[in-house]
Amino acid sequence: MGRRVGLEVSLACAEAVGLCNADVVAAYPITPQTHIVEHLSEMVADGRLDAEFVPVESEHSAMSCCVGSSAAGARTFTSTSSQGLALMHEILFIAASLRMPIVMATANRSLSGPISIWNDHSDIMAERDIGWIQTFAENGQEVVDLTMHAFKVAEDKRVCLPVAVNLDGFILTHVIEPIEMPDQEEVDAYLPPFEPSQSLDPAKPISMGIVGMPEIYTEAKKANMVALEESYEVIKEHWDGLAKQFGRTYKPIESYRTDDAEVLFVTMGSLGETVMTAVDQMRDDGIKVGQVRIRLWRPFPLDDFMEAIAGAKTLIVIDRALCPGIPAGPVATELRGMMYAKGAKQYVANFVCGLGGRDVTRSQFVEMVQEAQKAAANGEEMTCRMVGVKE
Amino acid sequence: MADEGMTPWKDLALGCAGTEPGSSRRFNTGDWRSRRYPVTDRETCIKCGLCWIICPDMAYSPDPKDEGYYTWDGYYCKGCGICIEECPKDAISWKEEKEEDKYGPACGA
Repeated sequence: MGRRVGLEVSLACAEAVGLCNADVVAAYPITPQTHIVEHLSEMVADGRLDAEFVPVESEHSAMSCCVGSSAAGARTFTSTSSQGLALMHEILFIAASLRMPIVMATANRSLSGPISIWNDHSDIMAERDIGWIQTFAENGQEVVDLTMHAFKVAEDKRVCLPVAVNLDGFILTHVIEPIEMPDQEEVDAYLPPFEPSQSLDPAKPISMGIVGMPEIYTEAKKANMVALEESYEVIKEHWDGLAKQFGRTYKPIESYRTDDAEVLFVTMGSLGETVMTAVDQMRDDGIKVGQVRIRLWRPFPLDDFMEAIAGAKTLIVIDRALCPGIPAGPVATELRGMMYAKGAKQYVANFVCGLGGRDVTRSQFVEMVQEAQKAAANGEEMTCRMVGVKE
Repeated sequence: MADEGMTPWKDLALGCAGTEPGSSRRFNTGDWRSRRYPVTDRETCIKCGLCWIICPDMAYSPDPKDEGYYTWDGYYCKGCGICIEECPKDAISWKEEKEEDKYGPACGA
């Protein structure tokens, strides 16, 4: 059995990568991801983790190195944040299109400018279409579990895709939490040694990353699209396996107090836990409010989402990033597009909050419910409001 | 059929990997050439081999029949003209290309 320990979430993430026996870690330090790779570097230096730690000169090199090591058949991990993720941008697409089962912890942080090291989701929202599987954690335990799950899914021969595990910068990375750290035997039982589906092998030469002329590019992209869509069942299957092995349950879309709820919050990441306390408070006051949490962001579990919101009249979609030039945040823009294509009737209120480390309090969520209910009742146009802007 | 020779998406190797070594040899880059192609005047040529060395598409190769000279392969020549630009004796010049001699008189394809 594992041990319940008090551990900084970044260190827990690194320890989880160690328990998963990563072969190669290639990373460049960037706040607030630093402790994750710093700790992995120590683990390798101390001989606790038999891995190659490659201290690259940039994130562009980090992801390039990961593609190379994954192509060679090594279990590969990296971690980054914000500007670092942005610098990886072009290689992120390549990792997915080459079907490299790389796992990356993304310590979500705002993008410059102004320069900000603090938390929001603008980094990962700029990378929605990279073709990676993307999950979101709300606390340290989930970071550990989702990291193990990420390797399991990525390396599954039915998937062969990179996975990004998102954890909020500082709010998770720098906080000490009680975490059940599993034993090596338990992790080994869940995650067998990596057997690459395809690797660079002189005995069976292949070329990776070749030119795709117009006659083949569309077919290559179709194959990638289908691979990502079909990863959904495997993602669920390995969450079920994780529940059996470790006793903790995860779903693509998770619901909280949604029974008879008229208003539903839609959240991603750690802010969801604050929303849960707000929901509890409002339920005590007799307000029929609940919460839907997007655990799996890519591939988006649309059917699960539609089922989760079926009984509600109004949604409050929380965005932690902006879509400049579009009258909604990225999550609301996508959800409205997908929902209404499915014939949904719900009113979708959209609030952008918690940008660049701005705190969002429980009372602000209560106000959002009042505002959304009023707007919905008055049949107001669905807009997007930036919360807490000092006028 | 417009899609003749195309590969169905389900038949592609994982990650669109190339599973057949040297398959790029079949790639007809000569198709990109338009209107003109380089011709070497062997009276002027000093057999330095610079055209062979600098050609980005390996369209030149040693002439097996006439040692020291180089043959030109229109299957690969994109018509960039670097050989013409670099030839130290100006022995290579453009010749207008007609559709019927698309692959040139010395085409080895």
